[in-house]
Amino acid sequence: MLTFVVRRILEMIAVMFVISLLVFVIFFKTPGVDPARQIAGRNPSPQILDQIRHQFGLDRPFPVQYALMMKKLFITRSLVSYSNQGTKVVPEIIQAAPATLSLVFGAAVIWVVMAVVMGVAAAVLKGTWFDPLLMIVALIGISMPVFWLGEVANLVTQDRLHDTFLFSWVPPLGYTPLTQDPALWFKGLIIPWLVLSVLYIGFYARVLRASLLEVQNEDYIRTARAKGLTEKRILIRHSLRTAMITFVSLFGLDFGALVAGGVLLVEVVFGIHGVGYLTYQSLTNLDLPVIMATVVYGAFFIVLCNALVDIAYAWLDPRVRPT
Amino acid sequence: MAETVLEPQAGFDPGGSSDHVAGRSPWALAGRRLIRNKVAMAGLLLFLLIVIVSFGAPIYAHDIAHTNPFQNNLNGHTIVNGKRVPLLQQGGGVLHLGETPIGPTWDPHHYFLGADNSGRDVMARMLYGGRNSLLVGIGSAVICCIVATVLALIAGFYRGVTDSVLSRLMDVIWAFPVFLFAICISTVLLTSGTGLQVGPVSVQASSLWLPTMIIAVIYIPYVYRPVRGHVLSVSEKEYVEASIAQGASGRRLIFAEILPNVITVVIVLLPLMIATTILTEAGLSFLGVGVQPPNASWGTIISDGQELLYTRPWVAIAPGIMIVLTVLALNLLGDGIRDALDPRAKLRVEG
Repeated sequence: MLTFVVRRILEMIAVMFVISLLVFVIFFKTPGVDPARQIAGRNPSPQILDQIRHQFGLDRPFPVQYALMMKKLFITRSLVSYSNQGTKVVPEIIQAAPATLSLVFGAAVIWVVMAVVMGVAAAVLKGTWFDPLLMIVALIGISMPVFWLGEVANLVTQDRLHDTFLFSWVPPLGYTPLTQDPALWFKGLIIPWLVLSVLYIGFYARVLRASLLEVQNEDYIRTARAKGLTEKRILIRHSLRTAMITFVSLFGLDFGALVAGGVLLVEVVFGIHGVGYLTYQSLTNLDLPVIMATVVYGAFFIVLCNALVDIAYAWLDPRVRPT
Repeated sequence: MAETVLEPQAGFDPGGSSDHVAGRSPWALAGRRLIRNKVAMAGLLLFLLIVIVSFGAPIYAHDIAHTNPFQNNLNGHTIVNGKRVPLLQQGGGVLHLGETPIGPTWDPHHYFLGADNSGRDVMARMLYGGRNSLLVGIGSAVICCIVATVLALIAGFYRGVTDSVLSRLMDVIWAFPVFLFAICISTVLLTSGTGLQVGPVSVQASSLWLPTMIIAVIYIPYVYRPVRGHVLSVSEKEYVEASIAQGASGRRLIFAEILPNVITVVIVLLPLMIATTILTEAGLSFLGVGVQPPNASWGTIISDGQELLYTRPWVAIAPGIMIVLTVLALNLLGDGIRDALDPRAKLRVEG
């Protein structure tokens, strides 16, 4: 197990290195693109351009440029945004992180609970009208663009039905920190949570249903039946447990991907000032240092999550540990 | 059809009537299973309908609505209930300030879904936008599948160093957050002003090729991984060994022996990939890093409609409904194709 963990961590570091290199190449070495002009924001003066060329070592060899960039990102954390009066980029990202994490955590709780309930219900009630109905609903959930669903939710809760008893409690768009006002934090996030989880409920319910039904034919389920266990016990202790392995590993990957950028569209639609919103703002201002930093930090977060999932998986199921 | 098909009386029916089984290829059997799957056929019909309607956009704009959906029409007028009304009306917003475009008239000849902030016909724009969304979605999914299959064949057949290098590269792209990667490439290419220039080839920043290629690249690992797995297992099969023994060349082995046996994996993935790429294109265009003006796509129209959400919600809602219908149709079709090509998968789950 220890060798596996060490190997997986080394692999993770290698992938992180390649990703940082790739981001660097995209931003600094794309043919026909002047990186200084890109970093400087809109309408830069020649002095600023010279300053940037010097600061990022653009006149020096490639490895030096790369090292300088990584130093600015991770060691001194002194990368500044030129379109935004020289704000430091990395602290800005750290400041925005709680909003993103609140959004993803809450949605994750909802989608896991709902997907388990729906998936199990569909598998148990297979052969009745309920199963196909549930699966069609899940499929529609998968087919919706999340930002559009968010806009429809806004339309209903902020405008069309806002003055009725149904949604009069919905606060205006935006994010309130948990430490500032927990009740408002919750009220402001509940609609974004639901919107974000719709897609995942559909997907996870389908996955869980399929693996539950596949497990049904396994020998140990037959053995459990032969032992005279109740169907309920077989379902919870035997089928669901095995079926959850796929579920849990998918969850780790999706959670990482969401925190690291997948949630951007939802943050934009609901005006939640998290990391994704920051990226979006920098996109409209063409503030490249911020985009670069969020991309690198986001990608690293995903790689970290993937490694953790693999390690957890190997811990749960010794068969997957390669020797 | 000239052949008469005798329906079997009862019993197991793997994919068609038992009468003509001899001489029927697995493809024909799969096609037959697919055609009998009513839900999948409904999905196919819906998708074809959307494609036809979207590609008929110029006909609608020119012959039915008589508008040019790419030209600002701030001082234009249209006819509602026989009365001439301006396209942009004073007030009407929350604070009764500014101008509000005309809402849906539900009259196909006169601004069926109303106008947008620039007085352009939303219905016509939605159809033109659909054409672009479908072009980018289908184009990128097809390119992605072709490139991924070629890479998977090379990696799975030659193995060794080639395989390690390609697979590690795929791991890196896989680890990259999809949206961030696309945003990354699009911002650099779009802000450079000149688009992409590699040697003699230059791609304009406003070209549809940019979002198509970006989306194709980010999804390559999602196709590469399963296909490579199949190539690895197929190249172990006896018929490949027999072909090697007969002295077949590497190219012949890849294209005549391995490819036909892994192509089903790609065919199953294709509709699901198109569904995914259409959703991705919509998201990117919504953020302003996908399809660029003056071109429109469903995503950019939803983005245009954001400002008008509370006053003229149809501008944003209508293209979204088109996306949901398209993606739903493709998902239904994809499930059907999977069941038709791999009936055992269905048996495993439903048996």
